[in-house]
Amino acid sequence: MRKQKELIGLLALRISILFVVISFLAILIFISIKGFKVLNIGFLLEVPKDGMTKGGIFPAIIGTLYLSIGTIIFALPLGVLSAIYLIEYAKHKGLIKTIRIGVDALAGVPSVVFGLFGLAVFVKLFNFGVSILSGALTLGIMILPVIIKASEEAILAVPQEFKEASFAVGATKWQTITKIVLPTALPGIITGTILGIGRAAGETAPILFTAVTFYQRLLPHSIFDEVMALPYHIYALMTEGTASEYQVPIAYGTAVVLLGLVMSINFIAILIRIRGRRAKKW
Amino acid sequence: MKKNFIERLLPIFALLTWVFLFGIMLILFIEGTPIFKSVPLFRFIFGRHWYPVHEPPEFGILPLICGSLMVTAGALIIAIPFGLGCAIYLSEIANRAVREIIKPFIEMLAGVPSVVYGFFGMVLLAPFIQRIFHLSIGLTAFTASVILGVMALPTVASIAEDAISSVPKALREASFALGANQWETITRVVVPAAKSGIFASVILGIGRAIGETMTVLMVAGCCAVITPNFFKPVRPMTATIAAEMGEAPMGSMHYHALFAIGLVLFLITIGLSLIAEHFKER
Amino acid sequence: MVNHKIITKNLDLWYGDSPCLKNINISIPENAVTAIMGPSGCGKSTLLRVFNRLNDLIDGTRITGKVLLDEQDIYKDIKDIFHLRKKVGMVFQKVNPFPKTIFENVAYGLKIHGWKDKTKIEKKVHDSIIDVGLWDEVKDCLHKNAFSLSGGQQQRLCIARAIAIEPEVVLFDEPCSALDPISTAKIEQLIEELKQKYTIIIVTHNLQQAARVSDYTAFMLLGDLIEFSETNQMFTTPKDKRTENYLTGKFG
Repeated sequence: MRKQKELIGLLALRISILFVVISFLAILIFISIKGFKVLNIGFLLEVPKDGMTKGGIFPAIIGTLYLSIGTIIFALPLGVLSAIYLIEYAKHKGLIKTIRIGVDALAGVPSVVFGLFGLAVFVKLFNFGVSILSGALTLGIMILPVIIKASEEAILAVPQEFKEASFAVGATKWQTITKIVLPTALPGIITGTILGIGRAAGETAPILFTAVTFYQRLLPHSIFDEVMALPYHIYALMTEGTASEYQVPIAYGTAVVLLGLVMSINFIAILIRIRGRRAKKW
Repeated sequence: MKKNFIERLLPIFALLTWVFLFGIMLILFIEGTPIFKSVPLFRFIFGRHWYPVHEPPEFGILPLICGSLMVTAGALIIAIPFGLGCAIYLSEIANRAVREIIKPFIEMLAGVPSVVYGFFGMVLLAPFIQRIFHLSIGLTAFTASVILGVMALPTVASIAEDAISSVPKALREASFALGANQWETITRVVVPAAKSGIFASVILGIGRAIGETMTVLMVAGCCAVITPNFFKPVRPMTATIAAEMGEAPMGSMHYHALFAIGLVLFLITIGLSLIAEHFKER
Repeated sequence: MVNHKIITKNLDLWYGDSPCLKNINISIPENAVTAIMGPSGCGKSTLLRVFNRLNDLIDGTRITGKVLLDEQDIYKDIKDIFHLRKKVGMVFQKVNPFPKTIFENVAYGLKIHGWKDKTKIEKKVHDSIIDVGLWDEVKDCLHKNAFSLSGGQQQRLCIARAIAIEPEVVLFDEPCSALDPISTAKIEQLIEELKQKYTIIIVTHNLQQAARVSDYTAFMLLGDLIEFSETNQMFTTPKDKRTENYLTGKFG
């Protein structure tokens, strides 16, 4: 009886794992099979034509690229500097805890709320308009917790001995941080940054009112231009327009590009982490 | 010790997360509360009709709150058992090699953009559900629940796994030494010991599901009615904001009402974050 | 007449409320090897870290009394602790090269102290590596990661890193406790040679090592300095009963 209970219980656990693997593979394979049918060089490098029923998604790829780069330029320095403060400088335990609670709370805010904030502050108040700048700033605030947490972990993992050795030859705290701590923590910080990029590239709700447009013939030429973006493009193709028999295949193609992009970004981050763990000799 | 310019600024960078949190709250207040001049708070929260573009308009968000709660509850029915199953399996049963393969799967599942989930739900799951349950439309609370469940699963799994694997080995050994088998050890010793961390994982899973936007926007069917029937379309709060902000003229009652919904969402998720924090502490 | 490089006067040190060093008065002779020994927890490493103020990194450390380096109080007269650490180098118990190349490890301190000229840096790095007897082993792989070296080689690299910035005093905190006997012998021999140029203080819990390498020995117990004299004298005719008990293995 006990034995049977155990067998059933362990079987249930295995089923949960199977459920995860199957869900992931189902999404990946189904979208890949349908998507690769429309995927070719032209699809990647052409602009949309004939009211979104033909042509490619080049402007959306570029738009997502610009948004991701802008997001990182904004969030990476802020995140790393916050992490340096939390680990190396902050002394007061209550303050550290308060900041950490803030980071966790920010991580839990729904993406659409970031969108509202971006709309009210960047688009309206700062008058950046619906633009790459507004979108990147909004996304940057959203992924800030990801970068802070990853950097904190990486900086915390730098052995105390390295720091002591640096102090012992007369280095200042700041010299020690910039020349020893950050280079040693770099793989971890890069992993976190890449995961942040993956998150920013795939998000739709925060850029819905701050950065994107459904259709654009020309590529953006300044950070104050609005852009197309891959995730929004999928949504728009599925919900707007009238020629769904032409739009859905394009949506499949866009989905496979976005999924491929985000999955390879995540995969690279996982690889860097595993390699970093193996290369570690201290 | 003398500090350089950047070192002096560090605390400011670290406090930026709180600046953003307060900024978001402030903006939601400023842009959201004007609606209460024409619609009292009570009628806003408990009003049963959401007709923002009727003449005269009605702004009652009870159907939207019900929509959010329905899809979230549905999602939890999937995310909790399967997520906990994965967490227990990874921490208690899987050997190192299996863990190194499965964990990236869960991370990748978490990395799939929400718009891709929504797309998958629209093109595959919704028609499937429509057919097997003989529905007139496949975009229902049930469909959204299934997809949201898969999306919230990695959150539950990863945080619960942290909690379970930090249960001291000595407890397990003590249980085995008394003649308990693996299943008994898991259910009577390990899981109870990790109770508060598991609770935190569930709370954060709720936060993830209730704040998700694009998926519910695409697959929940977007019908603002109060219904106990899971096979009817519903319209959660997030989807309402995302769908209607584009058409609401800036400064109109509709615009303010959408920000007020954002405020409700924000307060719910902050509350959930703080509760989770409380349980993580234990 | 022996010249004294470092002198402490009525030195007390607390971590929070617990006293860690009690009224230490010691005069470290110049260009000689001074060993500080004692059972673990006696405060010998703490005393060593007073001399380059590395204890400052630990919150709640309080110090009273004087520590004089060349008659200057290192806690009052020397305002710039980074300059102090340039004069007082340190080699650690846990072998700790930076995760950088062999060359960069030695060049690190030079760059910290503002050396810019590439050829000068190169010359100094080479000289330091030669001084620690590592040159023949690493001359072809100066730009390989320092972790590719053996433990003993890494420790000698750490010594090269310490002496590259031309300190006057070098502190060794149990430098051989993680090394095999052959590497230990090499490091001990190196310490012998280095005393021509530097004042050396070595913390050890290994009695034989103290006897082998040091000219003077201090014995500490629970934060007190029990005895300080020439090594020969201490090992043959200890003055204090407790020193004798320690040397004969009654405790420790």
